[in-house]
Amino acid sequence: MRGFKATLLTGRSLKQGMGKEVSKTSDRYKESVSICEVHPNDMENAGLKEGDLIRVTTKFGSIVVKCVPSDHIPKPGIIFIPYGPYASSLIGISTDSTGMPTFKGASAEVEAAPEEKVLDIKQLLTNLVEE
Amino acid sequence: MAVIEDVVCPICGCVCDDIIVTVEDNKIKKVKNSCSISATKFLNFHKHRLPSPLIKKDGDQIPISLEEAVEKVAKILVNAEYPAIYGLALSSCEAQGLGVELAEEIGGVIDNQTVTCHGPTALGLHDVGMPTCTLGEVRHRADLIVYWGCNPEEAHPRHLKRYSVLSKGRFRKEREERKMVIIDVRKTKSTKQADLFLQIEPGQDFELMSALRVILNFDEIEEESVAGLPIEKVEEFAELLRNCEFGIIFFGLGLTMSRGKERNIDAAVSLVRDLNKWAKFSIIPMRGHYNVTGMNEVTAWQTGYAYAVDLSHGYPWYNPGETSFVDILRRGECDAALIIASDPVAHFPKEIARNLCKIPFAVIDPHPSISSLLADIVIPSAFTGIEAEGSAYRMDAVPLRLKKVLEPPPGIYSDEEIISMILEKIRSMRG
Repeated sequence: MRGFKATLLTGRSLKQGMGKEVSKTSDRYKESVSICEVHPNDMENAGLKEGDLIRVTTKFGSIVVKCVPSDHIPKPGIIFIPYGPYASSLIGISTDSTGMPTFKGASAEVEAAPEEKVLDIKQLLTNLVEE
Repeated sequence: MAVIEDVVCPICGCVCDDIIVTVEDNKIKKVKNSCSISATKFLNFHKHRLPSPLIKKDGDQIPISLEEAVEKVAKILVNAEYPAIYGLALSSCEAQGLGVELAEEIGGVIDNQTVTCHGPTALGLHDVGMPTCTLGEVRHRADLIVYWGCNPEEAHPRHLKRYSVLSKGRFRKEREERKMVIIDVRKTKSTKQADLFLQIEPGQDFELMSALRVILNFDEIEEESVAGLPIEKVEEFAELLRNCEFGIIFFGLGLTMSRGKERNIDAAVSLVRDLNKWAKFSIIPMRGHYNVTGMNEVTAWQTGYAYAVDLSHGYPWYNPGETSFVDILRRGECDAALIIASDPVAHFPKEIARNLCKIPFAVIDPHPSISSLLADIVIPSAFTGIEAEGSAYRMDAVPLRLKKVLEPPPGIYSDEEIISMILEKIRSMRG
């Protein structure tokens, strides 16, 4: 399976906003934040279908999320993950002396991960504490 | 059954004050005028909540009494060398004021969600000021509305209708009387509302703003494209900016979180300052949490600074990058924390969240958050704006009064009351 390089954007989504108001421990929240929007051309080139699991890796971390095609992605080579613990796994810690990490614009690699699974929130936290 | 009108929404920086809530048997049965996020909160908030104070023991969180929880939190904070109080953007100004007092009492850092949203806006503001106005002025007068690096339809769902292009103002009543421009790196639910959508390359906002200033001030620019846009398109946009009567730029985290950070804000404000040569022009940050603006106001009244304030010297010291919660965790300097109405473990970069988990920390929150699942002590609180009243500042710094429409469950107190208990305990421990 062919992977591809991309620029990672993170941000708000309506589903994420509603999911967090139900509960951060709800399935609705998990489903809203454990996805990655991908340009249809990138999906085609990488042999990915909607709902396939993909591993997104930056130099700061790596996470498995569900692939979602999106015509909101302006062009191939850009991906989008909503704010939340999955996106936060991929963000660097430098703040350029401002207090603000760079949540938008990290270089990422995307590859299919058919044998893996999306961790649930509790597993993510276990890994956070034990890794 | 009671129908309560003019309820103030405790979700985003729009702080809509026209929500109608129907209450029966201390339960919300119906909500009107709310957006989808707000309706989700009003109708579901009670379903997932923390039932009682918890303490971590042998890897599990077990119930304890409120008195014990308050004492444990007080001890954690008093015994720390460099503690921090973080959050409060989802709480009342009254609770925020006590949060600052608590930080002063323990000699720690007080910081809030601004640090990972509009912190760079505050830094830009220090350099160049902020020519701004209220949302009411936008509603009544603006004929050109620019959303730059933000997605109001998903993050502030009623913004367009209440305050901006779709609102019925005193002097601008019809949609046709206003033009709306969106500048963003991707198409969003908001872009279909725009008369003009400028899709730019990620991280190129500063370049576009600089090019616009050159075109506006000197008429020409010797480039074929800027930020991925053909120069003709940039010139066309510059003319639109120059020829309006009352223009406004609303900007979001697309500017503060990407390359350039506070320099993007400096450039945006400088552009707005230039535009006032030709038109009345203002700029307003799209603040996320409903009272993050209030937290900036309250912290500034009490310490002189809006966020990231270090009170460990006995006087306020402010230097984001040094005194910001993210950075004191990053460097492993902070040795205890109290998180109030916030969820940093979900939203901070993983390595920084991990450092928080290495130190003793407590969480005050109405419902389970990602942070609460890992906290040493958890104290459940009332939902401010539903079960507790108080003040909140809208994104344009207009204060509004949050209503209490329900009684909280027995034994559940407001943030304000819980912080008071912790303060009192610390003071009694110190004699």
